[in-house]
Amino acid sequence: MNNPNTAKTIIKTPAPFDVESIRKDFPILNEQVHGKPLVYLDNAATSQKPKQVIESLDTYYRETNSNIHRGVHTLSEKATAIYEKARGKVKDFINADSTKEIVFVRGATEAINLVAQSFGRNTLKPGDEIIITELEHHSNIVPWQILSEQTGATLRYIPINDAGELILEEYEKLLGDKTRIVAVGHISNALGTINPIKTIIDKAHAVGAKVIVDGAQAVPHTRVDVKELDCDFYVFSGHKLFGPTGIGVLYGKEAILESMPPYQGGGDMIQMVTMEKSTYNTLPYKFEAGTPHIAGVIGLGAAIDYVSELGLEVAAQYEIELLDYANEQASQVTGLNFVGTAKNKTSILSFTIDGIHPHDIGTILDGEGVAIRAGHHCAMPVMERFNIPATARASFAFYNTRQEVDALIQAIDKCQKVFN
Amino acid sequence: MFDIKDLYQEVIVDHNRSPRNFGKLEDADTTLEGFNPLCGDKLTLYLKTDGEKINDIAFDGSGCAISVASASLMTDAMKGKSLDEAEILFNEFHNLVTTDDDYDAESLGKLAALAGVKDYPARVKCASLCWHTLHSALQGDNTPVKTE
Repeated sequence: MNNPNTAKTIIKTPAPFDVESIRKDFPILNEQVHGKPLVYLDNAATSQKPKQVIESLDTYYRETNSNIHRGVHTLSEKATAIYEKARGKVKDFINADSTKEIVFVRGATEAINLVAQSFGRNTLKPGDEIIITELEHHSNIVPWQILSEQTGATLRYIPINDAGELILEEYEKLLGDKTRIVAVGHISNALGTINPIKTIIDKAHAVGAKVIVDGAQAVPHTRVDVKELDCDFYVFSGHKLFGPTGIGVLYGKEAILESMPPYQGGGDMIQMVTMEKSTYNTLPYKFEAGTPHIAGVIGLGAAIDYVSELGLEVAAQYEIELLDYANEQASQVTGLNFVGTAKNKTSILSFTIDGIHPHDIGTILDGEGVAIRAGHHCAMPVMERFNIPATARASFAFYNTRQEVDALIQAIDKCQKVFN
Repeated sequence: MFDIKDLYQEVIVDHNRSPRNFGKLEDADTTLEGFNPLCGDKLTLYLKTDGEKINDIAFDGSGCAISVASASLMTDAMKGKSLDEAEILFNEFHNLVTTDDDYDAESLGKLAALAGVKDYPARVKCASLCWHTLHSALQGDNTPVKTE
């Protein structure tokens, strides 16, 4: 059952936003790059880790390291308890009904592949349709292309407008009695567009399709309530949520997960193995073959504690103010073009500069200590839509400051000096 | 002392702004594409050879300053070279951008401006894409070249 007490910690109102004291939690922010203070604006690729997360990993390996779900010795029982406690934190964090609905995987990518191969491959028939969007990260395109090839299903794309927003009228035209799966990103990694997923989910359900939401970019910036959304699956990665790499979450409605066959076979996912056949374990263990990333799960639990304590909504509000400031400053830079101008977006500033390739921008900014992402952001169809090979992308987290935005703008100025 | 201009030297900025030998060579006898999937740099190399030397060479495509300048400088340097000389220059350039070994500034000429690339491991592929494409073309390999 949902524990209302822990769920409430997410929405409590914290003290006024004190970015300087928050920065003290992130040791890496004291690093220097090329003799200049690190200005880390690549949070959409991966976020930095607070000392609470780093220490949770350290403590686990120093004091509790043991395998879970099998030993009768004290350490194994302790490790199992904190591992399962973290599962409870994830359940509360996204307001799932039960820990049976929380499956630990390597990341959002593995979660999508799991759903495609276990759910999709066993339910799709030739002629069935899968709907995704032009905004997707490759991780929410390629698994569906593979599935389409395997099953004879057809992949359809919801197009985007010039601002980088999904065109919902086109979505409605794509929906029909052949639609089986709708897979959509909650927030675009390349442009920052926040998609109207509640509407998308409701419309998909109206034609009987199941919906998987890729929440990799959303969980660090917005409170997710899977019950309110009524999504069938929701996936995210720990490392973008200030947690460790190599750990992620698949949420699935219990009845659907129950109906799905295992994704991988191995230890921990079975009840009984004979030489003839095996019976599978109950949820969620049916989908967790082999020794999992125990430390990663514990670190993810610590990250969820951290953002819950901080207050995600307050942090997101601060990030949007920072984005507004960055937009305002960037709009004064001659030759700078914004890519992705959705009305509803998160703290991502994707841009190009006339006459300077994004990779050159990335290298020159790095020389100034400013870390951004330059490239196609694993979203080549988005780049194709805007007819550009790449963009430069600054993505902000709640530990970034206005001074860092200024450093970004000064570094962009340096780019123009180098090339002119 | 770190200075970004060690990478973006005047020659590179100039060849990026006004690339030489840029455009399709209509009567090319060899055409080969090069692609860097990691960053999306794309180029097409056009060659006219008589089996012994490179009579004409040109390129088009899109990419970062390092990749465009490298292709511009390479095509300038390769025009009129024998195939053996081209192979020697390919190896010299490869050493220039991947090793700390001394290089022959005289034979490399303006190409030496790309020496700074070796301090930027992520950018070596940008500089070498056109070179690998040329190398494959001269070896008679007509599968598009990919660096990543």
